[in-house]
Amino acid sequence: MTDILVVLEARGGKLRASSFEAIGGARAAADVAGGGTVTALATETGDYDAAAVGAAGADKLLVAQTADHSSDGAAATAVRVARELGASAVFLSASVRGRDLCGRIAAGLDTGFAADCVAVEAEGGGLVFTRPVFGGKARLRIRVTGSVAVASLRPNFFRPAGRTAAAEVVETPAEAGKARVTGMSGEKHGRPDVAEATKVISGGRGMGGPENWNLLEAVADAVPGMALGASRAVVDAGWRPHDEQVGQTGKTVSPELYIAAGISGAVQHLAGMSTSKVIVAINKDTEAPIFQHATYGIVGDVLQVLPRLAEELEKIRG
Amino acid sequence: MDILVCVKRVPSTTARVVIQEGKRLDPSGVEFVLNPYDEYAVEEALQQRDASGGGTVTVICFGPAEAQKELRTVLAMGADAAVLLQNDHANECDGATTARILAAAIQGRPCDLLLFGKQAVDRDQHGVGPAVATRLGLPCVAEVVKLAIADGKVQAEREVEGGHELVEAPLPCAITAQKGLNEPRYANLKGIMAAKKKPLEIVPVEIGAPLVEVMAMTPPPERPAGRIVGEGPDAVAELVRLLKEEAKVL
Repeated sequence: MTDILVVLEARGGKLRASSFEAIGGARAAADVAGGGTVTALATETGDYDAAAVGAAGADKLLVAQTADHSSDGAAATAVRVARELGASAVFLSASVRGRDLCGRIAAGLDTGFAADCVAVEAEGGGLVFTRPVFGGKARLRIRVTGSVAVASLRPNFFRPAGRTAAAEVVETPAEAGKARVTGMSGEKHGRPDVAEATKVISGGRGMGGPENWNLLEAVADAVPGMALGASRAVVDAGWRPHDEQVGQTGKTVSPELYIAAGISGAVQHLAGMSTSKVIVAINKDTEAPIFQHATYGIVGDVLQVLPRLAEELEKIRG
Repeated sequence: MDILVCVKRVPSTTARVVIQEGKRLDPSGVEFVLNPYDEYAVEEALQQRDASGGGTVTVICFGPAEAQKELRTVLAMGADAAVLLQNDHANECDGATTARILAAAIQGRPCDLLLFGKQAVDRDQHGVGPAVATRLGLPCVAEVVKLAIADGKVQAEREVEGGHELVEAPLPCAITAQKGLNEPRYANLKGIMAAKKKPLEIVPVEIGAPLVEVMAMTPPPERPAGRIVGEGPDAVAELVRLLKEEAKVL
């Protein structure tokens, strides 16, 4: 039996969308490996929707009885629960918190981990993970030889199962950590974060200056769920905040639609977005490397193309 | 304050990746550098040491013999001592096994603050720092963009999706550094000369049974060939039609 523990991520008492993907990824992995249970663990108390957790693929939802959000405590609780369940794998979303917990939980269980996976298969009675390395320039297929396989799954690569069963909710004690979260700052409401969004539009040098970002915003406003991103060059120039940066020294994104506006497509940028499903490049330089990676390209000045794009997108939305 | 920083020798981000025997990077012709995120960790270590009015910064690298070059660079930036945990297969090692080796080497050394880059840009795992901290029983704050230390406690700010999380932890504590934490300095000539006389200890290490087995390394899947839809604003209507009807993403 491949029994999998999925460690969920909540903010403000609500589960994050990427956690439902991790549950779905675990359900699919357990199924292809010959069956098993999927147990979801919320590492803090909250107002959780057990029906949605069940629908995503979990049989049970454990809720740790603490209000503490620290990764320290969450990792210790997950390690204890994984041992109690005799889990053969622990899955998480490859968010900032998930990547952090992945290493801690593996160390706590004295086992190996597979970070930021884009595929999970069953082979020879165990799980095999595929993950990008070298900024997406190669992929590794790996197997954890330790007792439990700990893995984080890249957002937008796995889907909730879509079942109709509700998860049974059970309380579990929480372990205390040494670090504690004292608050949040700079929370952005409205647009989703670029790392999690299913649609992204990013701007580069070709935008000419920060004063032209209203053109990108107009496109994003026309597409529900579209996030704003930026190239390293414009973040380094101070045009946009670092939390929007896509690339090797920024965020890795894999949306279903990625629009690169005035971005040439340096290796460092490609490292952050090359696993996007559909890539649109808009650039006036026909030689820009981004065109070699784009599904669709428009050769032209972004400052002229973007207003028309916003207009056409508004039309189909209306 | 006694500070330890773990660093890695990695291929430059612009390196072309050629796969050897279907399992690993072919290192021939590849330029290796200090992992970019480790520069932020080193800079933070130097600033915190100086702000605390004393103590030492010791840099530890699990790497091949050639990694002495990167360690000399860090000594030239201002670190006091370096330790190379030498194994020529170090860079083929997974994060969990690397963390086991680093934790064993750190155990017993004086350490008020343990710093890492948030990820090494070869394996991109983001997990070595948190795993070492866990093995040593230390609290850890990952992907930190702002750090203040006072009264035996760290106040750290880290970038998470959609905001910044504020975390407090007691010393000794582990931190992984994200871009934005500081502006790493360049080694100057004086530093480079001084580095030649600083201690660089070489300790051969065994890897033992790895916790992860690499079955294959492959090139990324080929993207289907794209196409230029047209030129200028007049191509937009056709692009939107393709996104809606062909790609079905709108």
